[in-house]
Amino acid sequence: MMLRFRILLSLSVFTSAVFLAAQQPTTPSNLERQQSGVDLIIGDRIGAQPRIAVPDCLALSPETAVASAASTIAEVLWDDLNFEREFRMVARDTYDSIPPARSLIDLPLDDWRELGADGVVSCSVESLSGDRIRVTARLFNVQSLASSFGVEYSGVASNIRTYAHQLSDEIHRHQRGLRGVARSKIAYISDRDSESVLGLVEDRSTKEVYFADYDGANVRRVTISRTLNNNPAWSPDGRSIAYTAWRPFMDILVSHIYQGRLESPVEGNADTQNWLPAWAPDGSQLAFTSNRDGQPELYIANADGSGLRRLTNHPGIDTSPTWSPQGHLLAFVSDRTGAPQVYVIGSDGTGLRRITFESHCDRPTWSPAPYNEIAYSSQTGAGHDIKVVDLATNEVRQLTYGLGTNESPSYSPNGRHIAFSSTRGVGNKQIWVIGRDGRGLRRITGVGNNEMPSWSP
Amino acid sequence: MGRSEVNHWIRIEVILIASMLVMACAGNPAPVEPDLPQPPPEESQASITPAPSAPPRPSTPPPLPPIIEEESEIATRSLEELNRESPLQPVFFDYDSSELTPRGQTILQANAELLSEYSTWAITIEGHCDQRGSPEYNLGLGERRALVAEEYLIALGIDSARVNTVSYGKEFPFDPDDTDEAHARNRRAHFVITGR
Repeated sequence: MMLRFRILLSLSVFTSAVFLAAQQPTTPSNLERQQSGVDLIIGDRIGAQPRIAVPDCLALSPETAVASAASTIAEVLWDDLNFEREFRMVARDTYDSIPPARSLIDLPLDDWRELGADGVVSCSVESLSGDRIRVTARLFNVQSLASSFGVEYSGVASNIRTYAHQLSDEIHRHQRGLRGVARSKIAYISDRDSESVLGLVEDRSTKEVYFADYDGANVRRVTISRTLNNNPAWSPDGRSIAYTAWRPFMDILVSHIYQGRLESPVEGNADTQNWLPAWAPDGSQLAFTSNRDGQPELYIANADGSGLRRLTNHPGIDTSPTWSPQGHLLAFVSDRTGAPQVYVIGSDGTGLRRITFESHCDRPTWSPAPYNEIAYSSQTGAGHDIKVVDLATNEVRQLTYGLGTNESPSYSPNGRHIAFSSTRGVGNKQIWVIGRDGRGLRRITGVGNNEMPSWSP
Repeated sequence: MGRSEVNHWIRIEVILIASMLVMACAGNPAPVEPDLPQPPPEESQASITPAPSAPPRPSTPPPLPPIIEEESEIATRSLEELNRESPLQPVFFDYDSSELTPRGQTILQANAELLSEYSTWAITIEGHCDQRGSPEYNLGLGERRALVAEEYLIALGIDSARVNTVSYGKEFPFDPDDTDEAHARNRRAHFVITGR
């Protein structure tokens, strides 16, 4: 990360409470959150979400790029804070009546209180030498008039959105004890640059691997293979993406995206094909599907390809592995009893049990801790819908309801959101994100067809 | 003028056909592109004078003269041409199944006979699926379909070294429609000749 940040000051009388709260794992229950005292940080209505306003930053340098950055940071930060639904965000088009801040610490808090804000983010942008800028931000408690949180970043101006994302993650951590995901990425495959593959068969288009910021901005292309690529999977350190490539046989490639290096760890060939890679939570191993024993079974190998072992042994199709957060269990899909269903098995191959009992259940993804659930796609009619099964209670809840087909769920690193592909709306496949409670649906792609999302750590 | 221009077009067509033949005989896998923009006639008047007698530039490939059809024996066609109208018939499967039907077995027997006749051919069997089910699961299903077809050919005496498999799941449907008929056409093992 090119950024450098430091906490400027923490004037809030609740600083120590915030600090302790930040050390605790995220508490999914509202009741527990009320009792933790975190809500007292900003906002005096017990149990209510604090209302936060994010006016444009102050542009401290005359350049137009700085003025543009000052409003971009505020816009992106507003969206980031809105995304986790921990705050009630005061709409930005209601700020017209509020006079601008005179400085970072001199803002009309009485006016903001009248607008109903409990907290206001005050920020400034100035240009440094070369293409470097400095972003300074504080979160003011409108009731106590105190600055409860402050940060300063300096770095290159090229991706101004990153500063807003980092600020959002800092605010979520300090105010709500929450691990935000604003700096995470989502990888997916797309036919947006597809080329007709000339050769033996007509009308075959290519799909390449891309990744973007979690909000869909800042798209970068990973593969340039001009062939079919599928199933991208972020490594747990966020520095590599494994995927299935047709070379023309199916094989697993690992792209070390920051080194520009490409590996074929399990070394497939025309007779031994490998697909659907899934990283163990510690990144030391890959689970995948292979035909090496005559039909699709699951295997596990070390990340360098050594130590290969077979995980499943059944005449049915076993595929689509996903690891539990501790790495001692995997869920997968098998058609061993007829239609595909989700099963769980120990990473040592023992303790097989069936998890889903619907007509057709497919493509499981195990949630990160603290949630203990598996998202999957279930055939509910002509298409599929995203459902989640709670592994403690076996209760199933449905997140999508029959609009298009909804497939390939992938959890955000804090477990609160699920990215998936859907044909809802205009009919082509796009990546959508929804809360694990079924709220907050939004689309993050729009060019070409996009599918098989993988949310980075 | 009109006559000479017609002659000119005939000349171009003859050259095109000749070059196609040369490419076909050389076994060049590069695709023949019949609707390449035609070069304008060299006579400068042609571009000025409206010439109703000149054939319009074909937007679709012009029908090949009968002489080509007569010569397009399997042995002389390029791989590209062979695979466009493959003598190896696809094998179709039931929904979510990789079991060979009696009809599928009959087709595989005919394919095996052809592969015995052309004993230098190498093939790749592609497994394909219909649009139902996840793209991930269908990779496994397509692979099983390809492997089942491969096993059957090997059982009929085809050398396993000549046969590769690959699954494309539901990535490349024959028919993108969402009808039962389209689904049935898409659940298939497709045979591609990769070497001869």
